[in-house]
Formats: sequence, structure tokens, C-alpha cells
Amino acid sequence: MTGVPWLTILIAVPLLAGALCLFASANVARWIALLATLVCLEIGIDLWLMFNPDGPQWQFVEHVALGGGFNWSLGIDGIALMLIVLTLFLMPICIGASWRSIEKRVPEYMAAFMLMEALMIGAFAAQDLFLFYIFFEGGLIPMFLIIGIWGGAERIKASYKFFLYTFFGSVLMLVAMIYMVSVAQTTSIPALMAYDFAPRAQTWLFLAFFASFAVKLPMWPVHTWLPDAHVQAPTAGSVILAGVLLKLGGYGFIRFSLPMFPEGSAQFIPFMFVLSGVAVVYTSLVALVQSDMKKLIAYSSVAHMAFVSFGLFAMNRQGLEGAMLVMLGHGLVSGALFLCVGVIYDRLHTREIGRYGGLADNMPGYALLFMVFTMASVGLPGTSNFVGEFLALVGTYHASSWAAVVATTGIILGAAYMLWLYWRICFGTQRNADAAAMPDLNAREWWLLAPIAAAVFWMGIYPESFLRPMRNDIGRLTARLEHVAPAGDSRLKLGRGAIHSDGHDHGATH
Amino acid sequence: MVRFAPLLPEIILAIGGLVLMMLAAFTGRRGAGMVGWLAIALLMAATVALIGAPSHAGPLFEGMVSADLFASFGKAIIFPSAAVAIIASHGWFERDNEHPAEYSVLIVFAAVGMAVMVSATNLMSLYVGLELNSLAGYVLASYQRRDERSAEAGLKYFVLGALASGILLYGISLLYGFTGTLSFNGVAAAFGREAPSLGMLFGLVFVLAGLAFKASAVPFHMWTPDVYEGAPTPVTTFFASAPKVAAVLMATRFCVEGLGPATDAWRQIVIFAALASIFLGAIAAYGQTNIKRLLAYSSINNVGFAMVGLAAGGAQGASAVLFYMAVYVVMTIGAFLCVLWMRDAEGNPVESIASLSGLAQTRPALAGAFAIFMFSLAGIPPLFGFWPKLLVFTAALQAGYVALAVAGFIGAVIGAYYYLKIVKVMYMDEPAQPYARVHHPLQGALIFLTAVLVSPLGYLLIGPLGSWTAQAAGSLF
Repeated sequence: MTGVPWLTILIAVPLLAGALCLFASANVARWIALLATLVCLEIGIDLWLMFNPDGPQWQFVEHVALGGGFNWSLGIDGIALMLIVLTLFLMPICIGASWRSIEKRVPEYMAAFMLMEALMIGAFAAQDLFLFYIFFEGGLIPMFLIIGIWGGAERIKASYKFFLYTFFGSVLMLVAMIYMVSVAQTTSIPALMAYDFAPRAQTWLFLAFFASFAVKLPMWPVHTWLPDAHVQAPTAGSVILAGVLLKLGGYGFIRFSLPMFPEGSAQFIPFMFVLSGVAVVYTSLVALVQSDMKKLIAYSSVAHMAFVSFGLFAMNRQGLEGAMLVMLGHGLVSGALFLCVGVIYDRLHTREIGRYGGLADNMPGYALLFMVFTMASVGLPGTSNFVGEFLALVGTYHASSWAAVVATTGIILGAAYMLWLYWRICFGTQRNADAAAMPDLNAREWWLLAPIAAAVFWMGIYPESFLRPMRNDIGRLTARLEHVAPAGDSRLKLGRGAIHSDGHDHGATH
Repeated sequence: MVRFAPLLPEIILAIGGLVLMMLAAFTGRRGAGMVGWLAIALLMAATVALIGAPSHAGPLFEGMVSADLFASFGKAIIFPSAAVAIIASHGWFERDNEHPAEYSVLIVFAAVGMAVMVSATNLMSLYVGLELNSLAGYVLASYQRRDERSAEAGLKYFVLGALASGILLYGISLLYGFTGTLSFNGVAAAFGREAPSLGMLFGLVFVLAGLAFKASAVPFHMWTPDVYEGAPTPVTTFFASAPKVAAVLMATRFCVEGLGPATDAWRQIVIFAALASIFLGAIAAYGQTNIKRLLAYSSINNVGFAMVGLAAGGAQGASAVLFYMAVYVVMTIGAFLCVLWMRDAEGNPVESIASLSGLAQTRPALAGAFAIFMFSLAGIPPLFGFWPKLLVFTAALQAGYVALAVAGFIGAVIGAYYYLKIVKVMYMDEPAQPYARVHHPLQGALIFLTAVLVSPLGYLLIGPLGSWTAQAAGSLF
């Protein structure tokens, strides 16, 4: 532990850079933003290296009381650390992705992204309930502007929908937060995580937090803002939306709902499983019939995030670790897929799948990377998503075998829509001359996609680097949830064999 | 022995105002600038004079007024915002050959009236203060007398205001008749002695109705959009800030000190008025095309939120009300100063929302400030407007009003839409005819200052402001 307020620096650097961007010319603003995000990434990697997985739960803790019950208190555990690193990793890529495709009002664009980065880091690092809420909600403002100013044709409607949907969800959470603070007499998140609320109150508190995080995650049936927002947002906006903003929902569940209201959460396990099950099957089917690439990937996001909610509410170690890894993996992969869409969109200015075809011929490099990310999204062993999805499914299986059966169909359906998408875009005959004439990836695009591909393989082949910092925190959470975790219908036990059977059926193994 | 030291701020303003009136009468248009600056100096001097006896002396003149921390908190908001209203008028009335000198004098007299309103502990002094403020207000609303809308606004304000005063006076007379006293403490004692009689309840309802009119709470809000739209923009800036604070604080003091034992009787009225204001303010603003009308509905909406704190009751609720009004004044003054800077190419004021189109590209700084005020008025974090909303709802929840808090938050979401619409017009639409530049560094500095105060930097003020409001509210109990 050092005395340097790393987390405050991490929030301050993008804020300052954003303010500078506003006064700079377009090109200077681009460089300022890139530099700032790279500096932040460097700090983030340092944090990862300095983080002691066996140390205290909360590290890099800062606390300044501002009076009036408001505290500037920051601190991270392994879960927050990994999500912060994900955010910091995606940010320079977002700036790079906007380098050429954003031409109007560049300084404001870069400033909005810098503000976004600061707020997201703040949300993951906040240790004060209201501070968290401020960062969590504050993220709406830059995203509203990013979608609304630099988005596609229907951008206004999409930005309103995004804003009001998520705002509505989170005011209910705010009411619950106020109630919690007045009961527990503390705004400190670590203290609240250990506080036992009355079980009856937990039901309502859970529902209030659910209203916010379910919209953010998003869960069926409150996911409808997501396809609109994704389709209309500029490429980098989609990357941040899929890569980081959705993770706030999962982070909310794992940081607030589960540890603070264990009884309340346990009560809603069947409910969560049903919603997640519907999401997996329904949104996968919807994704199958999309003709717009971005919409397809947006729906696939909803389906993938359902694995997260499955894993979280399995309430066992595999499920929770799996959920975290799915979040990290999905952040990388869906971000990369949106970038892949952006690459060809920049060339042809259409997201219509039917306009492309046979790109493997004229864009072999692109086809290769797109293949990697498609396979990762499908969950091919050796890629990041496999590890996460497998663990999440194992966890779910321990909790409820039927839920696992439904969830697993998502893998099959995922393979169907992703492979079909890949086939229609990269293989087959070249139907359009303009699509056939598109040049392959340039150096900038390689620089954007290759690091993500490397991270995807790293997480797939050696997930221990990512699991290690979180292990103790997941362990603490499992211990907290132990008394309410579902017993499950599939605990495999070794039978003593037919000879020694004393009449009871010990070995109901299927 | 009558002590005058605790009344020093009012004395400064009243005598200074009379002198300025003479000065204005004899120097005419030439002296307008000087009178304006002197009025600002008076208001600042009165603010400084609040330190010491005027904040701690307690009841004065047999309990007619009370010089306590609650009153001086209100005055510390009211005097500077009145000064801002004078600064806002710079360069406004000169265009139409109006007489700008008396404007400042009227503002000073209105400030005296408001000072009496927030320190009144007797129904008679309450009424006198309120009328002093209102009479100045009627003239101010119709100040641009050659402008039909301004004249209409003045007349409308006067007729409805007179009606409300009548209702208030009727309520006061009922309370006097049934309790035999006009002092807040006496009324409270009467309510405490026995179950309130029908006459006392009628008196209570009528008085609250009169106060709701001043605070423009639903269902006595009808004058607000018309008057805000018709009155000259500097006057609207004034109406939306200081008198609003005075009215809400006066209502708070009367409810707490005068009607404390009858809390159950007035709480349901306040809850209704709060929720009705929040929802009507949010919904009626949807179709507006005039920015001043929209801000009028926004002010109705915000008064509703402040009243949620009042409904919660207790020192915590009162403290939340004070906090809310302090932040509200800063946001609203900032927003109106931005409206003041909306000028077409000839320098004439424009008020249509459509003219804001694409402002972020033609005037990025102005658009940025305006967006900050809009997000802050909507109560969206990380802007400072979020914190007072949190405080009033905390107070409501701790008093056990969960449904009230949930309904209020839903109203906040509905209201967020029209604030977003302004931001959308400024940031997402194609640029319209650019505004003419207004060269007024002082107003620019004020816009900047208010924007900084409601930006996330405002959170640094939570500590001092919170302890100040807590002490001020504590002086009521």
C-alpha cells in the first residue's frame, strides 16, 4: 500500500484532459485524449501489479469526509480492479476507433469520452453509497450526448430512450439507498455489505436495486433500450456501452444486491433464472433474424449478459467467478465485434448484412480477426468467453439443472447466429462491387483489434491472471451467501455401490 | 428599551431605499447607473450587516419579528439575489426609453418586504412584509409599460395577487377570531390546547392557500407562467429567485412555529401541494415553446420538491428545505441569466426554445453553462442540483413517507424529459441564426460563477452549507 491517491489520480487525469480537449483544435484534442487514456491505462496496469490478492479486501483506500454526510471515499477489491482495468483497456481503443470516423465537433466528442472514463472509474471505485450513485448516474450525461450528437439517423429517439429508461430504473434504487442509509446509519459500502437488513425489507430493497441494475445489465424484458442505443451510437460509443456500461449492471448485482440483501436475493432466484432463461432463448432467436449487424450484436449482448445473471444467482463459487469472467470476456469480445462492424461501416456506410459478402477475398486480415472474435463470442475453448461461460454454466448446474439446460441452448443458438453472420459477411460470393473493392485493415485498425485479440486468448488460455485478484473476494461473497445459496438438484454423490446399499438410494446420478 | 441593532439590515435597506428614490426622482435617467450601483452596495451592506445581532438576537418588538439564524439564512440568499436582479437589468431597460432608475429602488423595497417575511413571527408582520414585497412586484412585472405582455403580466399578477392576499387575510382573521392572537406562538398554543375547531382549520387552510400562491405551488400556480413570460426577463429572474425563497421560508416558519401542534392538519395539504406541483410542473412543461414559460413550470416543479422537505417535518426536513432553496436560487439565477443573453442579430431579446437550436456550435460556453443548469435543475448527478433533492427525500423517507418519496422521484424522471429537450435542442440540432454577442463581463462572470457552484465542485460546499442549514433550521425548534 502506498500513500499515493492512485484512484483519485485515475479519475482526475481524464477529467483534466477532457477540460483541455474543449479548448483544443480537433487534432490536438485527439492526441490529448489518446495520451490521457494511455496514461490511465499505464496507471491501471500498475494498480493491477501492485494489487495484493492476499492482502486486505479493500486496497488503495482513500477517505475524505466532505461534511454533511458526504464522503469522497474510494477503494477497490479484486472485482472492481478487473472491471477498472477493462475500462482502461478499452478507452484508448475507443479513441483510436474515433480517430477518423468522427469528423464533426471532435473536441467535444473527446471531452465527452474523457468525462465518461472518469465517471466509470469512479463508479467502480466508489466506497460511499451516494458517491457511487453520483458516478453511476453521471455516466448517463456523456452517453446521452455521445449518442445524441454523433449517432445515426434515429439518434435523438435512441438517446432519450437510453436516458429515461436508465434514469427511471436508478431513482428507485436511490429511494432504497436512502432507506438503507437511514436504517444502517452509514453510507460506507463495505460496512453495508456486512450489515444484515431485516429479511422483509430486503425483498423491497432487492427489487429497487433490481430495477436499476436489470435495466443496465440489461435483462429481458427491460432490454429494449439497448438495441436502439447500440445501433444509433457511433462505433466507439457502442464499444463503451457494451464493454463498460453494461458491466455496471453486473457489478451492481455482485457488489450491492448479493452481499447486502442475501435473503432478498435468494428469494428471487427462480425469478432471475426465468428472466435470464427467457433472455437467452428469446434474444438469441431475435438475433438470428436481424439484418442489421449492430442490432444482431446488440441482441447477442443481451443473451450473453443473461449468462452473467445466471452465474450470479447460482450463488456458488463457479457461478460467481464465471459471471465475472463472462463480463470481462464479453467486454472485450463485443467491443471488438462492434469495432469490426465499424471497420466495414466506415468503408461502405451501411450496416445491412446483405450488402456485404465474400470479404475474406479482399480483406483477409479483417476476416481473420473477425473470425477470432466470432469464435470467442461463440465460446470456443481457448478464448475468453469459453472459460467464463463454462464456469457460469457449471455454477448454474449446481443450483438448478433445468436452468442450466435452458442456459446451454444459448451456446448453441449463439453459435448459430454468430457463425451465420460470419458466413454471410466473409464467405460466399461477392455480391456487390463496392464491397468487393474495400481495402483490408490499415495499420490503425490492426492496432485497435490486435490487442483485444491478444487479451481474448490470454484470458482463454491462462484465466488465472484474471481470477487470482478476485478469488478472495468471491470467496468472501460465497461465505456471505452460504446460508441462502440454493441447495440444487444435482449434487453428485458417489454411491457406495449396490452391494453395500442399505436400502436408501444414495447414488441418484444421471 | 427597544433595540434596533438586530434590525440593522432592514434599516439600511429601508432608509437607503428612500434616499435612492429621491435620488432617482431628481437625477432621472442620467442617474440610473449610479442608483443601480448604490442599490447593489446597499444590498451588499445589508448582507454583511447580518453578521452578529441580526442572526442571534431572538424575538423583537413583543414577538412581531424574530432575528434568528433562520431569518438571516433567508436574507443571506435574498439580498444577493436581489442584487443579481439589478445586475441583470443592466442594459435592458435603456433600449426602450424606460426609466431604469426606479427599478433598482423597487427591488430594494421588495427586499425589505422579503426580509420582514422571513423574520415574521406574527401574522400581522407576515402580512405587511408580504404586501410590501408584492406591491413592488406588481410594478416590476409591468415595468416595460409600452410592452403589452408586460402590462398584461402586471395586471394579472396584481389581480390574482390581490385575491390571494384577500384569502390570506381572511384566513388570518379567522385564526385571530378563534385563537384570540396573531403571534405564531399564541396560535401554536391554541392549537396545542384543544382539538382544532372548524374555524381554526378554515383559517389554517386559507392562510396556507395564500402562502401557496406566493410560492406558486399548485393549485395556486396559474399566474406563474403568464407573469414569468410577460414580465421583462430581469424581473422574471428576480421573481423566480428571491421572492420564491422568501415565500417558502415564510411558509416553513409558519408551519413549524405557528402550526407545530397541528402538523397532522397541514401535512396532508402540503403533501398534496408538493406532489401536485411536481407533477404539474413536469407535465405542463412538455408543450412549451417559450423558454421563460418553461422555466416557470420548472420553478413550480422545484417548489414541489422543496415542499416535500416541509411535509417531512422536523428539523431535518426544515434544514433540507433551506438547502434546497439555496441551491435552487443559484441554478435558477444562472438559467435566467443565460436566457437574458438570448438576443437576435439586432440585440433584441428572443425567448423561443427553437432559437436555441445548435447553440453548442455557435456559442459553446453559453450552451455549456445552460446545459449545466438544465441537468442540475433536473437533479441529475454529478451536478449539484442532485444533492438537495436527495436531502428532501431523505427527510421524507426518515419521516416514514415512502410513497411520497417514490412518487416524487417518478415526477423527477418525468420532469427530466423537458430539461433534456433543451439540451437536445442546443447540442443535437442544426445551428439556427446565431445570437448577437452580449458584452457584459459582470453578467458573464455571474453565469460562470453560478455554473461553477452547481457543477460537481459544489459538493465541496456540502459540509459548510449543511451545517449552516442545520443550525438555521434548529433555531425554529
